[in-house]
Amino acid sequence: MPVNPEYEGRQYPPTAPYAVGREKLREFAAAVGSTHPAHHDVTVARGAGYPDVVAPPTFAVVVAQRAEAQYIEDEAAGIDFSRVVHADERFTHHRPIVAGDELVTVLHVDSLRERAGITMVSTRCEIFAAADDGNPGEPVSTVLSTLAVRGEDT
Amino acid sequence: MSAPVLADLEVGQEIGSREVVLDRARLVRYAGASGDFNPIHWNERFATEVGLPGVIAHGMLSMGVAAPLVEEWAGDPGAVVDYQTRFARPVPVPDPGTAALTVTGVVGALDPEAGTARIDLTVALDGVRVLAKTQAVVRLA
Repeated sequence: MPVNPEYEGRQYPPTAPYAVGREKLREFAAAVGSTHPAHHDVTVARGAGYPDVVAPPTFAVVVAQRAEAQYIEDEAAGIDFSRVVHADERFTHHRPIVAGDELVTVLHVDSLRERAGITMVSTRCEIFAAADDGNPGEPVSTVLSTLAVRGEDT
Repeated sequence: MSAPVLADLEVGQEIGSREVVLDRARLVRYAGASGDFNPIHWNERFATEVGLPGVIAHGMLSMGVAAPLVEEWAGDPGAVVDYQTRFARPVPVPDPGTAALTVTGVVGALDPEAGTARIDLTVALDGVRVLAKTQAVVRLA
């Protein structure tokens, strides 16, 4: 099934909160080789003015991909994962993610562009700190991602 | 090493370089840490069935391992306010064996008004770029 064009412009409701754990940040930092002590040592992070250990710049992908799953795993959207390659990714951090954050994400399907049998699927995750009522509060990160989806073999 | 000062930087100046060696264990570790369990990153049979030369690294791992060079140069991981890349070529990770990425960063642009420097990163495997337009914007004093 081809990529369903009707999803372009769609905005999803805010996700359930993602609780950013200190050990999760340490684990992710170790996996990408981020050895700076502000990722690992609470005392160093607090000394640098952060409330707790700081996420590596690409950690927001962990939060974003959970939101993106709402769209990508929707069979009616027509995203066949055996035909997908990751084309680009961009993180804009309005403030660093730190351990203890409760994050909610609003997913947008920004554009679906077809060219020469390949559909470029661009999504945007707006990640916010959850307000006391669980709704989106302070903006934290914006994650732009594009997947290239090959059409059916002819 | 003291933190870089925006006014002392020049476009074209190199901030450093390093080699990052990826093996299958590293891919499995990243899969677990990130939650990206796509089998093309750990299952040789599946990867070849979908037309790949074999298991390939997560694009997000190649992007992720390039960031520490910038973080350490800046002296503050929270100073990286923007980070983007395009995924130009897959990174096959053989077994047995490794894939050694070279990561190099240069000052690409300076914005004194915003108080930021743009670092342009080159991430290459055997001399061929695997990432394109890899740019980190860093807030500096």
